[in-house]
Amino acid sequence: MSRFGNIFYLCLLFGALWGAIWTILITLLALFISGELFQPQVTAGALAGLITAGVLTGLPPERRSVGLRALCGFVFILVLTIASGATPLGLPLSIYSFGQLVFILITAWITVQSIHLTALGFGPGSERRYNIEVICLRFIKGFGLVAFTIAVALPFFIMVMMSLKNQQLLLSNPLDFSLNFSQGARALFRSYIELFTQYNFGTFMLNSAIVSVATVCITLFFAVPGAYAVARLKFPGQHFLSRSILLIYMVPMIVLVIPLYAIFSQMGMRNTLWGLMLVYPATTIPVALYMLQGYFRGIPAELEEAGLMDGLTRLNVIRKITLPLALPALGSVALYVFMIAWNEFLFALMFLDSVDLYTLSRGINELQSSEVPRQHLMAGAVIATVPVLTLFLWFERFLVSGLTAGSVKG
Amino acid sequence: MSTDNTPRPPKGLGPLAKREMRFAYMLLLPTFLIVLSVVLFPLFANVWISFKPVTLGDLRAPSILVNERLMGDIEAAGDEADIRYRIRNSSRQSDIADVFMTDTLPASLEVRAIDDRCTLDGVALACDLGDYEAGKREDIIVRVAATQAFIDAPTNVKDTDPVFEFIPENILTNGDFTLDNFRKVFNASDFWQVLWASMYYTIAGTVGALVMGLFAAQLMNMTFRGRSFLRGLYLSPYVAPVIAVAVAWVLLLDPGPGGTLNALLIQLGVIDGPISFLGQRKADISILGMTFEFPVALTVVIIFEIWRYFPLAMLFILARMQSVSTDIYEAAEIDGATPLQQFRFISLPQLMGIMAVLFLLRFIWTFNKFDDIFLLTGGAAGTRTLTVNVYEQAFAVSNLGAGAAVAVVVFLILLVFSVTFFKFSPEDDA
Repeated sequence: MSRFGNIFYLCLLFGALWGAIWTILITLLALFISGELFQPQVTAGALAGLITAGVLTGLPPERRSVGLRALCGFVFILVLTIASGATPLGLPLSIYSFGQLVFILITAWITVQSIHLTALGFGPGSERRYNIEVICLRFIKGFGLVAFTIAVALPFFIMVMMSLKNQQLLLSNPLDFSLNFSQGARALFRSYIELFTQYNFGTFMLNSAIVSVATVCITLFFAVPGAYAVARLKFPGQHFLSRSILLIYMVPMIVLVIPLYAIFSQMGMRNTLWGLMLVYPATTIPVALYMLQGYFRGIPAELEEAGLMDGLTRLNVIRKITLPLALPALGSVALYVFMIAWNEFLFALMFLDSVDLYTLSRGINELQSSEVPRQHLMAGAVIATVPVLTLFLWFERFLVSGLTAGSVKG
Repeated sequence: MSTDNTPRPPKGLGPLAKREMRFAYMLLLPTFLIVLSVVLFPLFANVWISFKPVTLGDLRAPSILVNERLMGDIEAAGDEADIRYRIRNSSRQSDIADVFMTDTLPASLEVRAIDDRCTLDGVALACDLGDYEAGKREDIIVRVAATQAFIDAPTNVKDTDPVFEFIPENILTNGDFTLDNFRKVFNASDFWQVLWASMYYTIAGTVGALVMGLFAAQLMNMTFRGRSFLRGLYLSPYVAPVIAVAVAWVLLLDPGPGGTLNALLIQLGVIDGPISFLGQRKADISILGMTFEFPVALTVVIIFEIWRYFPLAMLFILARMQSVSTDIYEAAEIDGATPLQQFRFISLPQLMGIMAVLFLLRFIWTFNKFDDIFLLTGGAAGTRTLTVNVYEQAFAVSNLGAGAAVAVVVFLILLVFSVTFFKFSPEDDA
């Protein structure tokens, strides 16, 4: 049996791929951060990755120590530099020298690490199908992680970076996301400050907060008793209700918008926050009720019966026994409803005409149609995103279990 | 003994059960009321409006406009003049019923003659003017003579405004019905194009989000450092406000100077000139000598949809995966099943239930989706789906009736989907 088998050749292939992928990505990162027009040296990167993989995975797994990996990193840099004609990032090394060095080191380190993890525990010899699949899946999953992360993060990255730049710079070199920290925090966050001082974003944020919190309160106030009834009490139509309540959630908002617009206009409720506080809960109550009744069912009925035996009324049983036990579910439903109300766009667009009633969604839409500079638009987007994202990530585990236990939402 | 003495359960509900039922209905009543008034009633109202010739401007109720003047020269006591009320219906479309006018005349003017529909009680004038059809205007004349008091201190008749009571016709509740709205919708030259775009968007968006969600769930099911951070990151497209991510995408895809993605692709040498991702309807692509028309903008909008909703699928598939017992994988491992075989023959069958439910729900929600496309393209470049068309007809063209008619079409298609799905879908295990 030869010393080099199918695993080794696969590793060479994946080494070349990793080399190419990381060369492109880190070069682009360098381009974004420095603003210098770097060009990814894809072929050189692939070649460097291939040779590095040959050195590293040609050895048995137990010999791939940290020192050897460092040596491999050096090999990678060497090959990349030679193959790219001394321009590893596409520009002569004299430009932005220190930065280039850092980025080249990062590329080498991360490529070697990727190859190492892909081939972890496998020698260069031949293996059966099981292990070939393991190696291929490692590469695919690693690549998937990289691809998903970039695809998800890129728009958010653009959003934040553009909000800190100014329009002229963006138009002259759209790939330059370098930040000028020497101008001081005031100048850096200028578009944010202007949004709050000149474009009423303080009011918009307050309006969004009022509407969202009110929606959460109203929704819980309505849905908790309803969910309790569906989950615990016996009455004709119970089964039908528990199954069909979610159907309400299938009704498209766009079908409701014309009649509600017409009726609210004639009743003088259209251009008010009250109108939103009526419409939003109506759309969130069914799903909240559905999620909560699922959770209430999971609470042992014996606990409540004990309370009833001890002389509590039904309402007091709900208040003193069921609700404290359902606190996690209440929290996740509240957060979820808050998210829906905060992000809602259609009704805010249709209902609100006066600037002092705008919610954030409506305010940003106004910015977009009034052709303000890009950094203002992006700063507005960041201002709308940060509160809801922070809340969500903070309580994520909370929410996820509650959300998946009860229902789904689009 | 012919009477049957075997004990039987009581017929109907006992008093306790009745109390429980009443209590349950009481708890559900608020929910029922708000859903009825804000969801079910508008659904019905939408169908109603779709049969009515209503435009956006008709929502402003008609009212009575009046112009009051003293006509004629008064120089000495006893001179006569006319107080003229020029009254008209403000609307050219709607009637006004039972118009009733009251006004206070200056005491210093002596009334000589009044319109025979009016009565005078001291200085209080009251006129029962009957119905005003659309656009009607008329003058009501009151003949007066000046007294000495008027010459000494002339009063302006306009100092007291006439007060009107009337019943405006409500365009929404009157008896005019028409089929024009539906004729307009179905005869529109692009109706089938809109329907096709809707279906393509819905199917591709749903399947794409599911597949990507399945893939992401596989990734998140591994254990590695930073996993919870990445999971939070992957959820953010779904959590962030749609307007925020939409404007970020619009700037990202901008074909003009400053568009990041175009600049990036040009820098990488992938394309020669900027592509208008959201503004280009079609691109010709030739594969093996055959030329296909590739819908550019519509596909980009679908990619956005997938980007925004794969986290939801990921979340639910991940939850299901983590509830599968590991024994079964260990057994498969011992039997020599490879990772792909384990996925194909163990994971996938276990996930089919939740995938079916997700498909069903996402399909309906994607079909209902409005904001995403509206914010990205506004329905231009072949991305106009039925929901965007509702907005377009009702608020851009200002024809509420036609918009409502499209909305009825949307709702009917949805109803057909739902019935089909719920008939053929397994019992939900979400």
